[in-house]
Amino acid sequence: MKMKSMLLAAAVAATMGATPAFAELVFPSLSYRTGPYAPNGIPFADGYADYLTLVNERDGGVGGVMISNPECETGYNTEKGVECYESTKGEGSGALIYQPLSTGITYQLIPKVTADGIPLHSMAYGRTSAMNGKVFDWVFNYPANYWDGATIAVQHAKDMSGGDLNGKKIALVYHNSAYGKEPIRTLEEKAKTEGFELMLIPVDHPGQEQKSQWLQIRRERPDFVFMWGWGVMNAVAIQEAANIRFPMDHFIGIWWSGAEQDVLPVGDGANGYKSLNFTYVGTDKPVFADIQKHVVDAGKAAGDGSNIGTVQYNRGMYAAMLAVEAARKAQELTGKTEITAADMREGMEHLDVSDDRMAEIGMPGFGPAVSVTCANHGGSGAALVQQWDASAKKWNAITDLIASNRDLVTKLALEDAAAFAAENNITPRACN
Amino acid sequence: MLYREAGDFKTTYSLDQQTFPIRSERWLFWLFIAFAFLVVPFLINDYWNKAVLMPLLIYCMAALGLNILVGYCGQVSLGTGGFMAVGAFAAYKLMTSFPGMDMFSVTILSGVITAAVGVLFGLPSLRIKGFYLAVATLASQFFLVWMFNKFAWFYNYSASGQITAPERTIFGYAVTGPNTLPWATYLFSLTIVFVFAWVARNLTRGRLGRSWMAIRDMDIAAEIIGVSPLRAKLSAFAVSSFYIGMAGAMFFANYLGAAEVTEAFGIDKSFLVLFMVIIGGLGSILGSFLGAGFLVLLPVLLKNIMVNQLGWPTDLAAHIQIMLIGGLIVFFLIVEPHGLAQLWRITKEKLRLWPFPY
Repeated sequence: MKMKSMLLAAAVAATMGATPAFAELVFPSLSYRTGPYAPNGIPFADGYADYLTLVNERDGGVGGVMISNPECETGYNTEKGVECYESTKGEGSGALIYQPLSTGITYQLIPKVTADGIPLHSMAYGRTSAMNGKVFDWVFNYPANYWDGATIAVQHAKDMSGGDLNGKKIALVYHNSAYGKEPIRTLEEKAKTEGFELMLIPVDHPGQEQKSQWLQIRRERPDFVFMWGWGVMNAVAIQEAANIRFPMDHFIGIWWSGAEQDVLPVGDGANGYKSLNFTYVGTDKPVFADIQKHVVDAGKAAGDGSNIGTVQYNRGMYAAMLAVEAARKAQELTGKTEITAADMREGMEHLDVSDDRMAEIGMPGFGPAVSVTCANHGGSGAALVQQWDASAKKWNAITDLIASNRDLVTKLALEDAAAFAAENNITPRACN
Repeated sequence: MLYREAGDFKTTYSLDQQTFPIRSERWLFWLFIAFAFLVVPFLINDYWNKAVLMPLLIYCMAALGLNILVGYCGQVSLGTGGFMAVGAFAAYKLMTSFPGMDMFSVTILSGVITAAVGVLFGLPSLRIKGFYLAVATLASQFFLVWMFNKFAWFYNYSASGQITAPERTIFGYAVTGPNTLPWATYLFSLTIVFVFAWVARNLTRGRLGRSWMAIRDMDIAAEIIGVSPLRAKLSAFAVSSFYIGMAGAMFFANYLGAAEVTEAFGIDKSFLVLFMVIIGGLGSILGSFLGAGFLVLLPVLLKNIMVNQLGWPTDLAAHIQIMLIGGLIVFFLIVEPHGLAQLWRITKEKLRLWPFPY
């Protein structure tokens, strides 16, 4: 009986703690800290949470309203993602923005958020054609998308081969899911115009076993290997590439396949591996001193602190920063401090994070400047190439931001968005 | 006291053979059904619909189907995920090819298509048994998932390989797509599950069900007394796949709204449904429901207690949940190897004598 009453008291206390009386900005985090995708999911979720904590602790929230960040574990699984979405969307005064960090869950949520009226930001993942704001009002994927990534990877390969890819062979090793299949359409288009041959090599979830795929690569000897991998699949692929002595500088991953967690297990074999990236790596920015002071030293960090400054952690921070700036913009536009999801959407659509603004908030050059318009929800689409130095255990940026082939991407996105609009009886908005 | 048969006289054969022989149990059943059909639709919200009741109903359907095959006919199958995928893709193709078709027809036709595929993959069962059959059905699981990935026709050549359910209505109410009202999809699925659970119950105690059980108990003896193994086994595969196909169709169209074959219908689905059947009780309709309830509701309940009530970190809660459920499965199987249905049966026996056991 005593145990029971104690439990009851704890439950009551917890419920009271969970429903605060004051207004807040609810940014739910559909994270995954368990399962085969946890190596990448944990640092991203930590970065996202820590930046929001920093804004709360240092600035007292956005415009005086605190941010709450209810976390829900999806395990990168769509069924749990649905459960998480339904359980968090009514939290407090209502969720303002979703960033599920999963292309599968993004596809799942696109119709739902559109019906419920909650903005969805799939930052450089998700459905590429969501860059078309005329059709996808509630979905954003700035600053870049997978088709941008595909054209940038092709551009880099072209630069490496002296400006000509004719007769070359490029293999795409991809996670056999909506995520991995996303770049195929663009690469096929590129193969036609650039004259290279494209080999498609799928890897099934979770990707721990890739012997046969890499045997095929060894046999066919492609000139370049591109990778759209995630979670344990990345480290396994890089290990297999090292095992067959594939020249690492000809192995280029998308931005989700280039974190410390992916290359460190391979040791020296991973030296020279390349990946795309669009966020800063390291801790040499003013914002990290604030994180140390207000978050880590105050004992409020989401993780154990070991991930700070890594690729995925910083990208989580960047995602959180864009959400915070959008909320700020929404407050500015509406003149209210307590914004709704519809106001948040307006804020995201008018988001303008310039280089100067990033410098102001202690993150100069942290990522590409973002300017969103009604028609363009996709940002600039630029990314750089980074290379792993195994002896220094460090990612080095080896190019400047490379512009993507936006003409092609926009053209393909228009076709896909038109198909989506036709399927779902959407009349595209007129954007002035 | 509450639960006894004193005074409940059976004067005809049909009364004697009814599913719920005890009056209070009948009452309880009808009360429960009335609650599910008449009260729940008024209380339901998005969360209860999408996170609790829809998965529960759909897994009940899948477990029911697998129980017919494994529990009643004794043919081990690891192809459930693949057959659910057949149902889902059949529903998608039907919905997109015939936009005017109503959802009941789509769901039932998807079941019929899956039944045909199930019969095809049931053919090896005529030659092989036990573990060998399990391996053959495992092959069907991998083959079907591979096929739905490989041939773009199945997903209408979409760039991502995802299938997305367009909006379809019943009596003017949307039951698929994002604009559904929670009670509409719930009632739609509940109706299908209720009707087909009824059918399953009556199938399994009729001639067909008896021939399945004869094959399960000893196939040679069954053949000697005149049961055709070909007909019994293939009909079990057909009926089982029919149910699983409908579950797959509802899983995709009414519950998730979009699905991607490798992720949604992988081998873990096959195992999950098999575990439901084993934990619930092989060869029991009630067992299918109990097993599905156990494996669908418990994780959600534990998550809500640990994360929302106690405020634990989500990763800790997820790990503890896995351990707790694993522990509970082992516990229940040790306490009652015949599953939760048998546990309920024993409870009933005890209740009949309570409070004066001898």
